[in-house]
Amino acid sequence: MPQVISIHPVTRIEGHARIDIHLDESGRVSDARLGISALRGFEQFVVGRPAEEIPRIVNRICGICPWMHHLAAVKAIDGCFGVVPTPTGHLLRELCQVLAHIHDKILHFFFLAAPDFVLGPNSDYSVRNIMGLVRREPQLAAQVVRMRQLAQMMLERFAGKAIHPVAGVVGGFAKPMSEEERRGLAADGQALLDFAAFALDYAKGAVFDRFREDCNTLGTITTGFLGTVDDGGNLRLYDGRLRLMRRDGGWVEFPASEYEHYLAEQVEPWSSAKMVYAKTWNEGFSLDPDAPRGVYRVNTLARLNVCDRIATPKAQAALEEFRHEFGRPAQGTLLYHWARLIELLYACERVLELLADERITDPKVRTSASPKAGRGIGHVEAPRGTLIHDYATDDKGCITRANLIVGTTHNIAPMNLSVRQAAARLLDEGEVDDELLNRIEMAVRAYDP
Amino acid sequence: MRPRLSFEWLHACSGCEISLLNSGEGLLGLLERVEIVHFPLLMDHKYRHRADGAGEIDLPEAEIGLVSGGVASEEHLAVLQAMRKSCTTLIGFGTCATHGGIPALRNQRPVADALQTVFAGADGQGAIPAAMAGQLDRVYSIDEQVKVDVSLPGCPPRPETIVEVIQALLDRDSLQPSEKSVCETCPTMRAGKGQATVRRFLANAEYDPGEPIDKMRCLLEQGLVCMGPVTAGGCGGKSAPLCIRARVPCRGCYGPVRPGGNQLLDMLNALASNGMHHRDLVDRPSLLRFSGAHGLLRPVRRRN
Repeated sequence: MPQVISIHPVTRIEGHARIDIHLDESGRVSDARLGISALRGFEQFVVGRPAEEIPRIVNRICGICPWMHHLAAVKAIDGCFGVVPTPTGHLLRELCQVLAHIHDKILHFFFLAAPDFVLGPNSDYSVRNIMGLVRREPQLAAQVVRMRQLAQMMLERFAGKAIHPVAGVVGGFAKPMSEEERRGLAADGQALLDFAAFALDYAKGAVFDRFREDCNTLGTITTGFLGTVDDGGNLRLYDGRLRLMRRDGGWVEFPASEYEHYLAEQVEPWSSAKMVYAKTWNEGFSLDPDAPRGVYRVNTLARLNVCDRIATPKAQAALEEFRHEFGRPAQGTLLYHWARLIELLYACERVLELLADERITDPKVRTSASPKAGRGIGHVEAPRGTLIHDYATDDKGCITRANLIVGTTHNIAPMNLSVRQAAARLLDEGEVDDELLNRIEMAVRAYDP
Repeated sequence: MRPRLSFEWLHACSGCEISLLNSGEGLLGLLERVEIVHFPLLMDHKYRHRADGAGEIDLPEAEIGLVSGGVASEEHLAVLQAMRKSCTTLIGFGTCATHGGIPALRNQRPVADALQTVFAGADGQGAIPAAMAGQLDRVYSIDEQVKVDVSLPGCPPRPETIVEVIQALLDRDSLQPSEKSVCETCPTMRAGKGQATVRRFLANAEYDPGEPIDKMRCLLEQGLVCMGPVTAGGCGGKSAPLCIRARVPCRGCYGPVRPGGNQLLDMLNALASNGMHHRDLVDRPSLLRFSGAHGLLRPVRRRN
């Protein structure tokens, strides 16, 4: 008789989710779904509140990437009030954003994903985690813990709060950077860059070599990609134009303010997370595993696929090597991990670049704003993908409407395709046990939802 | 046998868990003393449903349990009850667990309004997914639902404070809850009388960036609504409160100074006693933005 196998909760991811695998009478996978069911209601309860307070409220959407929501909101409220931040205001915001990317990537790669590869997907659940890594490789684990903490403490030292930040403000930034702060951050930034280079080398030896086999078992889906680039086609995280790439590698580019012309949202009854699809392709939306329509991916692999190059030398060299091996666009889901460590390298190099910009210690960090009616759309590339905040205000400068597209939302549809494919392949071959179910979760973990 | 720790998150953002990881050496030291038996962010222990099929969740026994997030759905409630049952000492971990936190801002409206806004779409016709069944009528703090032994507020709680509280429980040391407010831990200069009117935070505070924080005038006296007087202190550890270090006013993320306090009423009193007019205050209910559980934020009855 038909039955449902549930993985509940999906673990070593940054939120709440479950997987339900539906089997038909003959025991074949008839469907598999990744479900996320939480009603946070941010789009509703920000209505009526003074817009300048919003960046301090919506950062609570995610405690891992609060800087991303904080800054996307700050940029959107700049737009509502029609205020242009000072150049230094932008530099300080970007510095905080790339620093926040660093802790996030170390967290995801080493704390959440690496145990599957370093300790093995068949190891016992009680050791297949960061605690197991601490026992297996104590020196590496201690360094990982310290480096992630360092990136967070750099944020706390300069910007007050690292988790649920407050220093990004409409019009710019709340405090300037002193020369002493700049020197201290640059020294720590160099330590992070050295670690990032080590991490990529380490992973090539200890982790990525195992990918070829795992990629084969988990399968590959073929989708489009979305990310952000500057006018020269370079990878950007803080600002730039959105580039939406088709499966064949062709693309369209547009400013985030026009997102509604290119992307559309879809509600499915079994998930509280809305799905986003590429409306501009005029093929509609379908999760049919044999012929998906409108599906594209975001996050690290997507960003590396859509950019022509990376403007910092070490990350560019790593990108060239990656492209040489996997082509463009690379489709393998586990390659998200590899792309994540290349972005870690970029984020560290970018920290040093920003700190070397002499404008960064300019005391003019904020342009005063006045409340007014308007609409603003702010976007950044969050670790989990393209993040869009869209607000409208009334003439008192209070919110009348909000629409938020968070990084993971774009990836809900492709994650469902990946889960279904992995479940079908694995269950076709083997008995259901903890290892097999963990391998299905690995298909989700790569996306870092 | 090492003492066992169990972690769960409910209507939460994972910021509390990340704060624990930010303790660095503190975390490594803790891992040497304890065994973690359940922690969805970091390890693969799954829910096991009880053999009697009552739909209850069975979690491993632990000496100490930490629960972050408030309670917004029947599933949250089931997980919370399972944690209460399996843990000897239960800690409310972070302001959402102790006071509702930011997600409890939605208590100002009926839950149906949130569903409608999120799913209706531009045409107002969108269907609400079946997966959204099982929502409670509002967002609760965990002590409204089960007995809680220790409250550890903060959005998020300070990393070393989390480790200290766990260590103290392991060592059976008594916990001494601080009753200091943010103001009592803030080094800014107070002259006793400041601006009579409040202003929105649309331009930065006045201060000399070359000078340390103790040379900056109190932000409340500068006319900025700073909730330091009515908010539990501790966010900055031994130095200045974190938001003040960013030269930004406090918004109350540690909840009221004393359990059962009301940050809205207390703040209106604080403004009055500073000779400040609060008529111009925009969006008064958001003075409860971190402590809207316990029935403090609720839907306003609409006039017919």
